[in-house]
Amino acid sequence: MSKILFKKQLSKDVYMMRLDAPLIAEERSAGQFIILQLDDDYGERIPLTIADADTKEGSITIIFQVVGKSTLQLSEKNVGDIIPTLVGPLGKPTHIDNFGTVVCVGGGIGVAPLHPIAQALKKAGNNVITIIGARTKDLIILEDEMKNIADEFILCTDDGSYGRKALVTVPLKEICERSPKPNMVIAIGPPIMMKFCSETTRPYEVFTQVSLNTIMVDGTGMCGGCRVNVGKEIKFVCVDGPEFDGHKVDFDNMMARLNSYKELEREAHSCFLEQEIKDKEALR
Amino acid sequence: MSHHTHEQLAEEAKKLIAEYLYKIDDMKAKERTKIPPQEMPAQDPEIRSHNLDEVALGYTMEQARIEAMRCLQCVKKSCVDDCPVKIDIPRFINHVAHEEYDQAVGVIKEASLLPAICGRVCPQETQCQANCTVGKALKDVDKSVAIGRLERFVADWERATGKIAIPEIKPETGKKVAVVGSGPAGLVVAADCRREGHHVTIFEAFHKLGGVLRYGIPEFRLPNDIIDKEIDVLKAMDVEIKTNFVVGRTRKLTDLMDKDGYHAIFVGTGAGLPMFMGIEGENLVGVFSANEYLTRANLMRAFDKGHADTPIYQSKNVAVLGGGNVAMDSARMAKRLGAENVYVVYRRTEVEMPARKEEVAHAKEEGIQFSFLQNAKKILGNDKGRVKEMQCVRYELGEPDASGRRRPVLIPNSEFILNVDTVIVAIGNGSNPLISQTTPLLNVNKWGNIIVDETQKTSVNRIFAGGDIVLGAATVILAMGEGRRAAAAINKMLAEEIEKEKTAMN
Ligand SMILES: Cc1cc2nc3c(=O)[nH]c(=O)nc-3n(C[C@H](O)[C@H](O)[C@H](O)COP(=O)(O)OP(=O)(O)OC[C@H]3O[C@@H](n4cnc5c(N)ncnc54)[C@H](O)[C@@H]3O)c2cc1C
Ligand code: SF4
Ligand code: FES
Repeated sequence: MSKILFKKQLSKDVYMMRLDAPLIAEERSAGQFIILQLDDDYGERIPLTIADADTKEGSITIIFQVVGKSTLQLSEKNVGDIIPTLVGPLGKPTHIDNFGTVVCVGGGIGVAPLHPIAQALKKAGNNVITIIGARTKDLIILEDEMKNIADEFILCTDDGSYGRKALVTVPLKEICERSPKPNMVIAIGPPIMMKFCSETTRPYEVFTQVSLNTIMVDGTGMCGGCRVNVGKEIKFVCVDGPEFDGHKVDFDNMMARLNSYKELEREAHSCFLEQEIKDKEALR
Repeated sequence: MSHHTHEQLAEEAKKLIAEYLYKIDDMKAKERTKIPPQEMPAQDPEIRSHNLDEVALGYTMEQARIEAMRCLQCVKKSCVDDCPVKIDIPRFINHVAHEEYDQAVGVIKEASLLPAICGRVCPQETQCQANCTVGKALKDVDKSVAIGRLERFVADWERATGKIAIPEIKPETGKKVAVVGSGPAGLVVAADCRREGHHVTIFEAFHKLGGVLRYGIPEFRLPNDIIDKEIDVLKAMDVEIKTNFVVGRTRKLTDLMDKDGYHAIFVGTGAGLPMFMGIEGENLVGVFSANEYLTRANLMRAFDKGHADTPIYQSKNVAVLGGGNVAMDSARMAKRLGAENVYVVYRRTEVEMPARKEEVAHAKEEGIQFSFLQNAKKILGNDKGRVKEMQCVRYELGEPDASGRRRPVLIPNSEFILNVDTVIVAIGNGSNPLISQTTPLLNVNKWGNIIVDETQKTSVNRIFAGGDIVLGAATVILAMGEGRRAAAAINKMLAEEIEKEKTAMN
């Protein structure tokens, strides 16, 4: 059980919340996530990365995008409301070291989980190059926070409404061509972006770490719903990950699995919206 | 097999009571073995394969008494020998025959804490009922005294009368016991340690208690309110409950002692790491572990399609791989979720199936199709990465090996296609690595099961373990038995410490 301490809308469909969770705040490290549920009986389990934590306040920060019924409901909660189920921190923490030059690539909402990692990498003495991108200006989040950490900062949008008009893979390729090439790339964002970042760095043999956000149920290794093909092996994202070598991940399979319930979800979403419209009409 | 209705069976039993009751105490063994075995009343297969209500309805009082009269009250109690927790079976059965249900409950509870659960899910035909004298005499294990059904009857009677006694709790000792995992092993440890006056906290990763009893075994076999009742008792005993707490992540195991001041820990985290076949196509959309499929349906209530937010795959043709209880539960759940054809694909034959016999019979009645001596070779997908069909191979039974068992042998070139859109893998569970990974000093074997001594103590001082995390995927009653043993060891250790502290003070 956890209380919402703070809420802010970051962009059209993106929200930030601070949740009361002293134990998780104390134990978590960069790269880990939580699972929350809005109803103990009928709610769905939503995995979300921990964007930040404040041990003094005993709180964690989550940043999420409204993509379906459950995230829509979460976005409608307010300060003081209770989230009945909150469990974490889950997953393996990011391995932080002084690698040399690290390129941190964040796409859309992926900038949220990237932020604590970039922060930790900077603290460990790395030269941090940051690339953040989004479809359009309104979807850029945490620009200042990322800028403050970065030794070099690149911002791009697909439509050119802000920063450079490019996909994040364009500046990423340019950086890989520099001499010396970067020691490592960390890419977090939509699966398709992580896939193409991995493809971009592959010919340069720059190790590329991605953070996967698969379907999950328990988050403790019990169900296997989160499994992905990594090289020749099957891995469970919730206990073996969420971070993997992007050159080995089978992204196409992962994306197909993410869409397992797409038709169903769309149905639930539209039913739900229809119901909401009806309810509102009834009130009039 | 024709389905007898609840009413027919009840009526039949009433007649039998009239016939036998007056000579309840003076029948010869021979006469007793002639009393007709009582069939378990069950919901009609047509109806029940569309609902989640319990399939087996339980004996009527008359049925229970008739069945109890079949017991020969053997001096050499072979049933007790084969009971993992040594319930004094003839003694409780005798009480049932004489309508002394209160005392029957008492006898069972001397040995077992969760009779309503065990009566429903224990594999009696390989335990107490395997060598029952009546079954032997009638040369049919199915005609052994129905000990499990009687155990269930007694437990249900106790619940129905609302007389569930809250165990007496000794004065507070000031010692703290942490129980990790709330499956049958953990629940029993919590009760037994709390009774001695220790403060007990249960830490559970999920938002609800019960472990496999809750998320694995479906409601049509074990209704949730039975688990809830057991948990209510623990709550009434002031056992502290912390859900949504993943030990190893939310807190390291040893930190529970070092930071939070617990004096002893019991680890009962279960098996819970689903195994896959390692065949091509296993990651296609539409392939699920039984754990995932059942958790969605049970714990996340996806069965209740109108209410639940958690989706479940819409299937028409389902293949379930495996032959245990988990496979039966998955197959029957798939049917209830609307699948038209459900195939259980099993490499051996029906006799080798580890599932409870009653579940196999019920599954057949519900129209589950069994494909014995077959196995999956690869799963094929369509262009969207979804399951399109499954390629299978056939086996035949070979010559008996040294142990006399006829092993299945692959028939060359026997490949064929099974038309399915969903594959549920129910071939077993490995051990969850979360705790061992984050507790380096804890010794585990090569399968990841925690190694314990005969008192359930692990390689780390003050840490005990039991249930599936020690045994590998086993049974409810074995998990319970290990829990009892661990609790006894913990209670002994803490009592000695309290004694020492007292002497030191004087
Ligand atoms: C579908 C299915 C059907 C079955 N049918 C039968 C049957 O008919 N008869 C029978 O006898 N047996 C049956 N079994 C087996 C039986 O359920 C198990 O042997 C038994 O439940 C094991 O009990 P346990 O207490 O060891 O663990 P579990 O019941 O597995 O409980 C472990 C609990 O620990 C929690 N946990 C795990 N890790 C952590 C952590 N790090 N921190 C906190 N909590 C944690 C889990 O969430 C879970 O609640 C079945 C199993 C399944 C899956
Ligand atoms: S072996 Fe069978 S007949 Fe004998 S005491 Fe046990 S239950 Fe009764
Ligand atoms: S979410 Fe269930 S195993 Fe990873």
